[in-house]
Amino acid sequence: MSRERAEVLLCPAGPMVLRGPVTVEDEDGVAYTSERSVVALCRCGLSAQRPWCDGTHKRSPGSGS
Amino acid sequence: MRCPSARGRLSSAVRDALLHGRPLDESTLPGLPGLPDLPDMREASTEDDRQLALWMLFELHHRGFEDVDDGAEWRADLLTLRGSLERDLEQRWRERAAPLLRDHAASATGDLATDFFALCEADTGPSVARFVRRDATTEQLHAVLRQRSVYHGKEQDAAMWAVPRLDDEPTAHLLAVAYDEYGNGSPRHVHSRVWARGLRAAGVDDAYGAHVDEALPEVLEQNNLMAMLGLQRRLLPAALGHLAAFEVTSALPSQEWVRGLERLAAPEELVGYFREHVVADSVHEQVAVRQLLGSYLAGAPERRDDVLWGGAVCLLAEGRAGAAVLRAVGAEDREAAA
Repeated sequence: MSRERAEVLLCPAGPMVLRGPVTVEDEDGVAYTSERSVVALCRCGLSAQRPWCDGTHKRSPGSGS
Repeated sequence: MRCPSARGRLSSAVRDALLHGRPLDESTLPGLPGLPDLPDMREASTEDDRQLALWMLFELHHRGFEDVDDGAEWRADLLTLRGSLERDLEQRWRERAAPLLRDHAASATGDLATDFFALCEADTGPSVARFVRRDATTEQLHAVLRQRSVYHGKEQDAAMWAVPRLDDEPTAHLLAVAYDEYGNGSPRHVHSRVWARGLRAAGVDDAYGAHVDEALPEVLEQNNLMAMLGLQRRLLPAALGHLAAFEVTSALPSQEWVRGLERLAAPEELVGYFREHVVADSVHEQVAVRQLLGSYLAGAPERRDDVLWGGAVCLLAEGRAGAAVLRAVGAEDREAAA
């Protein structure tokens, strides 16, 4: 059985980008599923759509990651 | 859609040529002698007239018109006129982008992603999204939607002409973005269809091309630029830069659209379109800049300035079209003061 290796891109001052579809379980044990072929996960904590990135890191330069 | 109404002698001649097969020459375009270069074009036609004529010629390469023979797409006289209008358009936008690109070059770090995101921070005009968030009435919102519909009926279509022209790696990254844009294999999630559902729910005509007759020249020009960059293989890097800048400048304005539409109690179908773009374009911007532009320029580093020009064109055309739309709905004063 072959398994595809995950490829993750950590964007400087930005999100973590990886191939979907994925299910992400947050700190509270809540699961979020995305059917997108690529997803971006918030790393700055400012997104209103966590765990997904919503671009808000750009509003606070320097605190992106 | 049917061929739009003419706005002057140039678009009238194009309309006649499309509907009745009349060849374009000195007899059908009096006062505009010297095809293919139309030296008197700017004097003899209005901006509105020129942009509509060009928009009609480009539409032949998209879906065409139900009352026009599909063979018109490759008619030599129409292609000749298109070429003249495109040269004029390109030259103007080389000039318009030059100051922004000069400023950009002065502060560039050499790191592509850093520099490209910085370019996209440039203030290129008043924000339609901010107007929608704070001030728009439902009537003004609908007027804005009708102008935007000229683009949203096509979304990324023009950028798809890049696919057969790219090497493997940038092709894969471009299609990763596009697959999402085109619904991840699900027709009901294709963005242009989601947009149409939103319009319909808001009571705005969602038919393809329904609002072209009232489209402002700056809006037609913005769409013409996308078609030109997409159709001309020579301008491939600019088409990629344009797409990337579009994605980079979408998520945060889409957040403002969501807030404005919620303030106006707009239908959920319409709010959902913009909510989708907040998350989708936060992914697309990273893929487009870091992976698509990154892999393309790794193979063609000498095209970096062309990529940046395409990005600058996107930003400036959006600023220009946005300002025109705000003027048209009577909103420019508050936005200019903001």
